[in-house]
Amino acid sequence: MAAVGTVFCFMKIAVNGEDKEIANGLNLDGLLEQLQIRPARVVVELNRNIVSRDAYSTTMLVEGDKLEIVHFVGGG
Amino acid sequence: MEDFLQIAGVNYRSRLIVGTGKYKDFQETKRAIEVSGAEIVTVAVRRVNITDPNKENLLDYLDPKKFTILPNTAGCYNADDAVRTCRLAREAGVGKLVKLEVIGDDKTLFPDIPATLDAAKILVKEGFIVLPYITDDPITARKLEDIGCAAVMPLAAPIGSGLGIRNPYNIRIILEHAKVPVIVDAGVGTASDAAIAMEMGCHGVLMNTAIASAKDPILMAEAMRQGIEAGRKAYLAGRIPKKLYATASSPLDGVLN
Repeated sequence: MAAVGTVFCFMKIAVNGEDKEIANGLNLDGLLEQLQIRPARVVVELNRNIVSRDAYSTTMLVEGDKLEIVHFVGGG
Repeated sequence: MEDFLQIAGVNYRSRLIVGTGKYKDFQETKRAIEVSGAEIVTVAVRRVNITDPNKENLLDYLDPKKFTILPNTAGCYNADDAVRTCRLAREAGVGKLVKLEVIGDDKTLFPDIPATLDAAKILVKEGFIVLPYITDDPITARKLEDIGCAAVMPLAAPIGSGLGIRNPYNIRIILEHAKVPVIVDAGVGTASDAAIAMEMGCHGVLMNTAIASAKDPILMAEAMRQGIEAGRKAYLAGRIPKKLYATASSPLDGVLN
């Protein structure tokens, strides 16, 4: 039953202000991969705390998480 | 003679700092920056578009090993947002240099000085090298220097206005008292504006729109580089005093009569 639960369970998180449904048990690395974002070029804030790049794979996402994924763009 | 712009102990050969906004594409951005000779380039921190994550990134065109990346806090209207933006920028791993701007009003884009002072205090304490965008106010410049900012960056005129230095007298007072570099930030319109800032003794000029929005940004980037260099050399050379009457350039002796 646990396996079935894992496959069908989704959770809601917010990424850059947009609601997203992701699979239970996804870590930050997995999310970036799903979003096709290169980790080397972005900085991630999870619930207002910056997550260092080497902690992406150990950062498990949970229901209600609020993420900000930012990068550098042209500016003056 | 070696002549450097020194910021927080680091020497830069170029006194022109350029922005990366408003260009047609990254190719044009890169080309203009190369031609400008700038070593420090400003960038903004923004959300990644997650519905269409652009595969290309500004840093794919601007090698952080070659250029000093100066993240700004453009778009921040309070100290908390500015500090948060700087912390995010630092995590990107491009260094501790930040251009602090806390905007007070979206019509003038003039800085909110009390909020700028608050943010500067926190950022300096956290080890950032802070370059604050300010109004051309000598008192504000002094306060930010006292807080520990590595330079002060008074505006020449409103951001993107192209009006040139509107209050040279205030800039002169700031220059007279500052012990950190004074970098004119914003409001420059053309090469002569940049040259005037340098002739006054400013240590550098930061600009974006004047180059990026010119009809030919690449040519203007070159003009700005030359304007900065000409103005700096004229400042070092020491100009002649202005006089009301003529002084002959040719000798008076030996004139035919």
